[in-house]
Amino acid sequence: MSATAIGAGKPGKSKSLWSTLRGGDEVAHLITLVFAASVFLVTVFLVGELWLHSAPSRHKFGFGFLIGTDWDPVQGIFGALPYIYGTVLTSVIAMVIAVPLGVGAAIFLAELAPPGISNACTFLVELLAAVPSVIYGLLALFTLIPLLRSYGEPFLKQALGFLPLFQGPAFGVGYLAAGLILAIMTLPYIISISRESLMEVPRDQREAALALGATKWEATSQVVVPFARLGIFGSIFLALARALGETMAVTMVIGNDPSIHISLLAPGHTIAAVIANEFSEAGGALYQSALVEMGFVLFLITIVINALARILVIATSRKGTAQPA
Amino acid sequence: MNRLTYRKIVNRVMLTLTGVFTVFTVAVLFLILGYLVYNGGKSIDWNFLTKLPAPPGEAGGGMANAIVGSAMMIAFAAILGLPVGFLGGIYLAEFGGKSVAFAIRYMADLLNGVPSIVIGIFAWTVIVVPMKSFSALAGGFALSLMLIPIALRSTEQFLLNVPSSLREGALALGAPQWRVISSVVVPAASKGILTGMILGVARIAGETAPLLFTALNNQFWARSLDQPTASLPVIIYTHALAPYDDWHRQAWAAGLMLLGMVLATNIAARWILSRGITVQKG
Repeated sequence: MSATAIGAGKPGKSKSLWSTLRGGDEVAHLITLVFAASVFLVTVFLVGELWLHSAPSRHKFGFGFLIGTDWDPVQGIFGALPYIYGTVLTSVIAMVIAVPLGVGAAIFLAELAPPGISNACTFLVELLAAVPSVIYGLLALFTLIPLLRSYGEPFLKQALGFLPLFQGPAFGVGYLAAGLILAIMTLPYIISISRESLMEVPRDQREAALALGATKWEATSQVVVPFARLGIFGSIFLALARALGETMAVTMVIGNDPSIHISLLAPGHTIAAVIANEFSEAGGALYQSALVEMGFVLFLITIVINALARILVIATSRKGTAQPA
Repeated sequence: MNRLTYRKIVNRVMLTLTGVFTVFTVAVLFLILGYLVYNGGKSIDWNFLTKLPAPPGEAGGGMANAIVGSAMMIAFAAILGLPVGFLGGIYLAEFGGKSVAFAIRYMADLLNGVPSIVIGIFAWTVIVVPMKSFSALAGGFALSLMLIPIALRSTEQFLLNVPSSLREGALALGAPQWRVISSVVVPAASKGILTGMILGVARIAGETAPLLFTALNNQFWARSLDQPTASLPVIIYTHALAPYDDWHRQAWAAGLMLLGMVLATNIAARWILSRGITVQKG
C-alpha cells in the first residue's frame, strides 16, 4: 500500500513541479532574468568597489579633495581641481565646436540631402564613430599638434591675443588641442542622433510652415528644430558625457600639466588622463586611492549627464508617437 | 534691402553652411584613412607580423605578441560577455515586464556610458588587486564588461523586430514559450543578433583605456592568461609617445592594422544588415 503510494506519488509530484514551471517557461524566465540583472549587479558592484578603494583618500582629504589644487605624490597631497577644471574645459571647447557643426550637418542630412546621399553620409559618419580613440590620438599627435603649434595658435594669438584666453607660448599640446580632437570624436554622436530626431518630426509641421510662406531655412530653424529639440539636447548631453570620459586621445595631446591656466593654449590635464598616465605606476595606498577617487568623481559626473541624456532621448521618442499632430 | 531678398539670402547661406558642415565631417574620415594608409602602409611587413618588439631605440622588430595578445583578450571578452548580453537581451525582449525591463534597459545604457577608464579601475580592483598581478584575464574581463550592455541592447532590438504573429503562431501550435523563443524567435532574428554581436566585438577591439592597468603591456610573449599581456591599442599608445622614430613608424603600422580590422568588420556587418534582416522562414 505504502509502496504503491510512493510509486504513484513520485511521478505525480514531478509532474506537478513540471506544470508549476509551466513546461520550462519559468526556468527560462528565471535564467534570462539572472543574466539581465547582471547589468544591475555589475553597476552596483562597480560603485561599491570605487567607494571602497577610494576610502584612504576620502578619509584624509574629505571634500577638500575636490577643491585642492596641489598634486604631490611625494608629499602625499592630492587635490583634484586642476583635473576637474581640465576635464570640464576641454569638454566645453569640444561642445562649442561640435554642437553647431553637428546640428548643422544633421539638418542637412535630415532636411535637404536626397535620401541616397543622406544614407551614404550617415553611414560614413557612423564609421567615424567606430574609429578607436587611440587612433584619433595617434593622428592628433602627429598632425594636429604640429599644425596648431606652427600655424593655428600663432594665428589665434595674433587675431584674438588681447583676450586672456589666447595668450602665452604656443606649445601645440594643451586644452585647445584636446578640445578640438574631442569635438571631432563627438561629432558622429550629435549628428546621428540629432538626424534621427529631426526625421521623426511629422511632415505636416514642415508643410504648414512652408504654406505660410516661410523659406526652407525658416521652416527648419523655427519649426522643425524646436519640435525635435529634446532629442537634439539628448544627443548633445550624450556627446558631452563621451567627451568628459574620453581618455586616450586626450591623454596624448593634453600636455600633462597639473595646474590651472586661463589660456586655452596652455598645457593642462584631465581626470581621465591622469588616471591613464599614473595609475599603473602609482606607489602607495594613498596615491592609488586618490586616483580611484578621481575615477569615482568622473563616474559620477558622466552618470548624471548620461542619465539626463537618456531621459531626454526617451522623452522625444514618446512625444513623437504620442502627438499625432 | 528688400525684406524678401534678405530672407532668401539667409536661406541660401544657412542651407549651404549645413552642407559645408557635412562635407567637413565626412572629409575627416577620409583624412584619417588616407593619412593612416600613407604612413602605416610603408611599415606593415612580414617582420611586423611575426617578430617581437625590438629593445627601445633599436630599429626593426614587430608586434606579433601584441597581435596575439589582443586576439586572446578579445576572444576571452567575447566568451564571457556575449552569452550574458544575449540571454539578458532575450529577457528584455521576451519576458521583461514593463518596469523591470525598463530599469534594466536604463541601467545597461548607463553602464554603456561609463568611461572606459573607470571600467579599467573596476577590473583592477576585482582582479588585479586580489591576484597581485596584471594579467590578460583582467584585461579580458574589463573588455567583457563593456561588451555586455552593447550585446544586450542589440539582441533586444533585433528580437523586438520579429513580428509577433510568428510568436503567436508557434504558441497556438501548443509550444511552450521557451520553445517558441529558441526555435522560432531567435532563429528568425539570428542574422541581426550575430551582426550586432560582431559590431560589439569590433567596438571593444580598439579599446585602450581599460587595458592600461589591467593587462598592462609586455615586451615578450605572455606565457599564460595570468601574466601581463601586450595588446595592439596599448602598444600604439606607448609607441606613439616614445621618442624613437622607428617606434612611431610601427605605431602607424599598428594603427592601420587596427583601424583596417575595425572598419572592415563594421562595413561588412552594416552591409549584411542593409540587405535586410527580414524574417527568414524558421
